[in-house]
Amino acid sequence: MSIWPEQFPLFPDRATAIARDIDAIYFFGLGVATVFSLLIAGLIVFFAVRYRRTSPDEVGQREQAPAWLELVWSIIPLGILLFMFAWGAQVFFDARRAPADAVEYYVTGKQWMWKFQHPSGNREINELHVPVGVPIKLIMTSEDVIHSFWVPEFRVKMDVLPGRYTDLWFEVDKVGVYRLFCNEYCGVEHSLMGGRVIAMEPADYEEWLGSGQPQTTLTKSGEQLFEEKTCNTCHLGRSFALGPSLNDIFGTEVTFADGSTAIVDENYLRESILDPRARLVQGYQALMPTFQGQVDEEELVLLIDYIKSLSEGTGASSTGN
Amino acid sequence: MSESVDTFGRRLHYLNADFGVKSWLLTRDHKRIALLYLISITIFFALGGLMAVGIRLELATPQGDLVQPDTYNRLFTMHGVLMIFFFLIPSIPAVLGNFLIPLMIGAKDLAFPKLNLASWYIYNIAGFFTLWAVAQGGVDTGWTFYTPYSTTYSNSYVIATALGVFISGFSSILTAVNFIVTIHRMRAPGLTWFRLPLFIWAHYATSLVIILGTPVIAVTILMVAAERLLHIGIFDPALGGDPVLFQHLFWFYSHPAVYIMILPSMGVVSELIAAFTRKRIFGYKFIAGASVAIAVLGFLVWGHHMFLSSQSVYAGMVFSVLSMLVAVPSAIKVFNWIATMYKGSVSWDTPMLYAMGFIGLFTIGGLTGVMLATLGIDIHVHDTYFVVAHFHYVMVGGAIMGYLGGLHFWWPKMTGRLYPVFWSKFAAIIIFVGFNLTFFPQFLLGYLGMPRRYHVYPADFQVLNVMSSAGATVLGVGYLIPLVYFVWSMRYGKRADRNPWGAIGLEWNTGSPPPQHNFHEIPTVDWDAYGYLPDTPAGTGESWGIAVPTQRQDRTQDDG
Ligand code: HEM
Ligand SMILES: [Cu+2]
Ligand SMILES: [Cu+2]
Repeated sequence: MSIWPEQFPLFPDRATAIARDIDAIYFFGLGVATVFSLLIAGLIVFFAVRYRRTSPDEVGQREQAPAWLELVWSIIPLGILLFMFAWGAQVFFDARRAPADAVEYYVTGKQWMWKFQHPSGNREINELHVPVGVPIKLIMTSEDVIHSFWVPEFRVKMDVLPGRYTDLWFEVDKVGVYRLFCNEYCGVEHSLMGGRVIAMEPADYEEWLGSGQPQTTLTKSGEQLFEEKTCNTCHLGRSFALGPSLNDIFGTEVTFADGSTAIVDENYLRESILDPRARLVQGYQALMPTFQGQVDEEELVLLIDYIKSLSEGTGASSTGN
Repeated sequence: MSESVDTFGRRLHYLNADFGVKSWLLTRDHKRIALLYLISITIFFALGGLMAVGIRLELATPQGDLVQPDTYNRLFTMHGVLMIFFFLIPSIPAVLGNFLIPLMIGAKDLAFPKLNLASWYIYNIAGFFTLWAVAQGGVDTGWTFYTPYSTTYSNSYVIATALGVFISGFSSILTAVNFIVTIHRMRAPGLTWFRLPLFIWAHYATSLVIILGTPVIAVTILMVAAERLLHIGIFDPALGGDPVLFQHLFWFYSHPAVYIMILPSMGVVSELIAAFTRKRIFGYKFIAGASVAIAVLGFLVWGHHMFLSSQSVYAGMVFSVLSMLVAVPSAIKVFNWIATMYKGSVSWDTPMLYAMGFIGLFTIGGLTGVMLATLGIDIHVHDTYFVVAHFHYVMVGGAIMGYLGGLHFWWPKMTGRLYPVFWSKFAAIIIFVGFNLTFFPQFLLGYLGMPRRYHVYPADFQVLNVMSSAGATVLGVGYLIPLVYFVWSMRYGKRADRNPWGAIGLEWNTGSPPPQHNFHEIPTVDWDAYGYLPDTPAGTGESWGIAVPTQRQDRTQDDG
């Protein structure tokens, strides 16, 4: 139906609602850019021809364009720019803020592969199976340098940093296989650090989940690890415990010894496990040992997932920005 | 005016007043130093260009079949480092600025001639240092040196290269200080600020940016070195550092640095448009003010490189709106140039072709910059070939077009020779076509999904990549032609008289090439810049104290 030959697409397929929003503003931006470029190029050519110098002595005419033009060509562009800013910011907000009911997956990037952990406990490398029609939030970190997660058909992208979590969300509305690229230069095999996102009907996805090894969910594994690492000896949630209770803390505000506060999110939990003395919760001693080097990124995720499960029902879900 | 002549009755000027290697290497004449710089930066441009050839050859096929991935990464890194720090940043200021600022303001030299020479030496030391690092094996971090890759993971000559960049910063700073003092203190009597050519305003604004920004990158480089050598945790989270801190520091310099590259070029274009329309530039004060506004606002938008690097969405919004604001002064300049053409006497001489090319390509570069600054668009195109296309439109389509236009405009002044008209117009057209063929497809590639810095890419991106590589070949040829005829012209070109274009400006009011001390008498200025008056035919320009020849002249002149 299109007059444009199919083998030369001008933009990637759209597989999320965000992709449509982003394309809309992109086309608007493209329209503005095209109109102004043509206008300017047209004026240059027109004036160059119309007022071409005819004799070597000729001097430009005294008559100038009227001075109020300065105002016109400052204000009109400013208006268009502010409009683009506002529209762009709104789309960006939608694209960056995951809905509260998004299902959380964990992603670890490292030179040069992607590791995925499903909530069900399934793990994958360089391939991520997801159900369509379900908002999915990726909580991502890197084991080494900065990477970036990008699926062009979803129009979403986010840097993946070592030492902290960043997040990204999408809801695929078309079954299909989509290319995943690492979009931040990360060393020798940066261009090979790709993979695929495979979007399936929810039923097929369930089937796929069940087809491999029987799995323990992330929360369950986290609970086991919580005991194994003896976290539970101090964080019992009883009044005489040495450490603060972890029940219902996720998403709430915590106050530190120096009176400052913070919202408990994944990055805060991460810090508290790896560097407990960085910020001490009010009323507690600096007794907790660091677990730096004792839990790897994937185990850390299990602990965090378990701690978050202790707050289920409070409805809080956020990743710090 | 009295001309000095040598014993054979030949006119003496800065090129023949002294002979020998020593007279060049120890010169304190800003004009000779400008030529020394011209030679140095041309060499770095050629080297950077060679690396680009390697990159485009590799990308002609989707597989990584020409070079190893590691080699590819070093190629694009060294390409960026050489082109940005050793070609574009010094290009217009160190060559054209050096040559013309004293001439345009009626001074005998820059304020600190010895510092000027020192800056050339420092630049070369920095360059050799960097080339030494290349010879050792080069660097593979990208010209952006992002941490912790650069501080912990890269197995290449990061510190050596970064120190090269560090040293080159001193040469920029010396040049900038020299310009600022010269412009403040050494203007000819009567040459008030608003009588200055816009080229001077542009260089003044650029110098401010250099002085304020360069120390930040210098300190950042030292921190990278400290972390890499001494494992002091600044940027690597494994050592307790923050990798995003590096990005803030880097872009706090490097965003303003893009204006270090483009502002001087805008200054050149203002001169070209006025001279080749023989008209007073429209909105003089707006263009001058826009240069300063860009220099100031340019320091407030660095975060637009970091929308997706874990910066908060609110910070992203602030940087987005500020980036939009910085586009306004750029738009003002473009519209004022075009309004100047209205009812002008538009010549189609080679420099004007470059000026018109500049306006068109810079417009595309700027408008795609606006798209990138739009948060909702950047989320998809950040760090893709769309960005690569954007900044090449600004830096190659804009900055280099302006540089070449300026070189063609002032070449007769600098060398006393004319270059072949046909070949120069031919080259300008080839460059324009080759440039668009090279970089336009990259906009499409980026939106389609090709990330930047990819050695291997999916096969469906090949057609556009082949177009780009083909365009690069055309562009390369386009750049070689001027190299050939400029060198040729120095010996065989027709002699130019003092004002071959019939332009107004103090630099045209002295010999071509100028005498050693620029002017036999320091002029007193009681006119505005670009005072082309319609009721005064170009022939009687003497009446406002500026030599405008009776006829536009491409004939041999008495000067010889
Ligand atoms: C109208 C004014 C401009 C705007 C609004 C603008 C906007 C932007 C934005 C938002 C980015 C970041 C894109 C990303 O990484 O996702 C960018 C990148 C870049 N811009 Fe511009 N820009 C403008 C003018 C310029 C100029 C004048 C130059 C150079 C002379 C320039 C050179 C660059 C470079 C080198 C990069 C890429 C840096 C890198 O990531 O390697 N831009 N620009
Ligand atoms: Cu990568
Ligand atoms: Cu920038």
